[in-house]
Amino acid sequence: MQAQRWIVSTLFLAALGAYPHFVPDFWIVSVGAYAIVLGIIALSLTFLAAYGGMISLAQMAIAGAAGYALAIFSLHSASGEVAVLPWPWAVAVAMIVGTGAGLLIGIVAVRSQGIYMLMSTLAIAMILFYLAQQNTTLLHGFDGFRGVAVPSVGGKSLRDPMLFYYLCLACGVLVYGLVIYLVHAPFGLVIQGVRDDPRRMASLGYRVAWHQVAAYGVAGFIAAVGGVLALWYHGGISPGSIGMTATVSVLIAAVIGGLGHPRGAFIGALTYVLIQTFAVDLVGNERFNTLIGLVFLVIVMMSPDGLTGLWRRIRGDQTGSGGVVVTPRQ
Amino acid sequence: MINRRLGRLALVAGVATAFSMSAFAQNTVRIGGLATLDGPFVVLGQEAFRAMELAFEEANYTAGGRKIEWIKESSDGRPDVALTKARKLIEQDKVDILIGPMSGGEGLAVKEYAKQVPNKTFVNGFSAAQETTLVSPAPNFFRFSTDGAQWQAGLGTYAYDVKGYRNVAVVSGDYSFGYTQVLGFMSEFCAKGGKVIEKIWVPNGTKDFSSSIARIPAKADAVYVMLGGADAVNFLTQYDQSGATQPLIAGSNVVDQTVLSAKGPFQRRLVGTPSAHMVADEIDTQAYRDYVAQYKKRFPNGLSSPSAPYYGYYVATKAVLAALNQVGGDVGGDQAKFRQALANVKLDTAYGPVRLDENRQAIANIYVTEVARRADGSLYNRPLKVIPNVNQTLGQPKDAFVARGVPSRDNPSCP
Repeated sequence: MQAQRWIVSTLFLAALGAYPHFVPDFWIVSVGAYAIVLGIIALSLTFLAAYGGMISLAQMAIAGAAGYALAIFSLHSASGEVAVLPWPWAVAVAMIVGTGAGLLIGIVAVRSQGIYMLMSTLAIAMILFYLAQQNTTLLHGFDGFRGVAVPSVGGKSLRDPMLFYYLCLACGVLVYGLVIYLVHAPFGLVIQGVRDDPRRMASLGYRVAWHQVAAYGVAGFIAAVGGVLALWYHGGISPGSIGMTATVSVLIAAVIGGLGHPRGAFIGALTYVLIQTFAVDLVGNERFNTLIGLVFLVIVMMSPDGLTGLWRRIRGDQTGSGGVVVTPRQ
Repeated sequence: MINRRLGRLALVAGVATAFSMSAFAQNTVRIGGLATLDGPFVVLGQEAFRAMELAFEEANYTAGGRKIEWIKESSDGRPDVALTKARKLIEQDKVDILIGPMSGGEGLAVKEYAKQVPNKTFVNGFSAAQETTLVSPAPNFFRFSTDGAQWQAGLGTYAYDVKGYRNVAVVSGDYSFGYTQVLGFMSEFCAKGGKVIEKIWVPNGTKDFSSSIARIPAKADAVYVMLGGADAVNFLTQYDQSGATQPLIAGSNVVDQTVLSAKGPFQRRLVGTPSAHMVADEIDTQAYRDYVAQYKKRFPNGLSSPSAPYYGYYVATKAVLAALNQVGGDVGGDQAKFRQALANVKLDTAYGPVRLDENRQAIANIYVTEVARRADGSLYNRPLKVIPNVNQTLGQPKDAFVARGVPSRDNPSCP
């Protein structure tokens, strides 16, 4: 069984690697790469939900914070001729800002749980949205940043379709690997313990709140990776990129895929991007939101643990394949 | 087990490839339409697609001897979304020409994207940010509608000379379109010697304007307002309720038909308010009467008269069709011939002649208007004066105009 899983994983990775050689540019970037970017941001939410039992609606805002930080230090349409920082440094700053934002939000969020945590993180996301919209000196207000320069490596722009796809794929595999590694490491076992019974973990001597904050930090780091890639994908960022619609789309992607296992984030993101792209061909322009709403409803009703759960159910596999089904916290 | 999974994988890959190959059909010209059927600009988006539909029907869906295939996409007003949809139209649906988008931020995003696909042609729909064609324009991006600063041509002079205002306070949305319109108003008003003594910037989506209204200085002769949609209705209602007496000068969106159609006591405030735009109502020419009659006949469920976005998309589509006719529908290769023809298109519209400058930006008439009441009680924009052939630099030398920098909160300034 173990060997078989390795073979399947390797074949799957090989297929993902070969994918851009068989499809046109649109499918490489606007479907493939974009689904991975959205998937990474959704993964940060799934990680918190699956292993920490915490639902955060601030993940898009954290990705946005990283994106804004990178944009400030990059060349863009309203900047001078020279970027404030060389791009690797700017990316490092963005990662620090994203991770830091995750930790700070975690400190506030872990004081509550369940629906209250959801509301408090939503509130924080909206605060960041309005900050971005109303700060004109640093964040350029409603208009945000446009024409952000995408760095070149070895004379080739990272925004080159092939290169960008592989960059996203590599980042996606790395953060996915990070999550899988963490949940088997002592830290991950502790946060899963906290999810299942925080009181018992506390009596065993663990600092429950600090572990949860640390989990938020990890999620912030993952979201920041997505934020950096999203900035390069869009070539800019504006308050709309981190507003209510964007926040909800991350949640929808994560739920469609299934909050039980990290792979759900990517499956959900791909499904979301495909529906978003091709809804117009199926049901017309005006009905995209209706369609995504219906798909969401059907999936949530048929299979509360998303497409990954549905897959497991079809196979009649009750034990799960390494994934953990979220159980509500007491 | 593995075989079954591989089989499914292959099936998925096969379907995906079939999907991507379906978008090829020869001997038609594929034209993409990008407007907003979602988000705050839904009404404008419907108008845009009405305009394109009518223009194509008039041409019987043929141009230069080739069939036209029209592919619609919808954005929600966010630049990110407009960009994604533009990419889809160009890369997946393989359109030759893209007409759109709707709003300023979207226009700037699509213009940047246009530079990445130099072999396709982009024709602006209704977006009106000044920078789009003024600062580092894309050689394949054309705009047959005027920009937000052009729309205010004549208004500053009218306010100073005819209305006799000397000190004006500004209340405007805090974003690029607001800055652009304020610049359009101020460049004439300040040149005449008028003073803008206070600028109050409010975020889009503001509901409570009481603090903004309280900040309007008592010595202001008039208040220049530039807000759109629900913001405009909210401001006007609260301004009316506050008992303020200063007369208003309106940015283009404030007297848009969507605001004028809203019911409420604020309507009485608006009557007599001067404004300026690339369109106006009830112009006394045959061309205009035909234009309105045609709209009303084709779209009995449309607005009471064709709107500004309708005009923007209509002119853009007409221009594309004219250029296609000239080159016999040849949009192959790098489209150089088509673009050459498009750059030289001159149109006679219901609102007067339209032609392009060297940045592929429209030079056209602007109407100074005043809100008036029809016999049936509805409001409309009565044209007072036509400013002919307004160019993007508002008649000033280009170098000097560009050197003043992009419009912002503090640019221009004449306190």
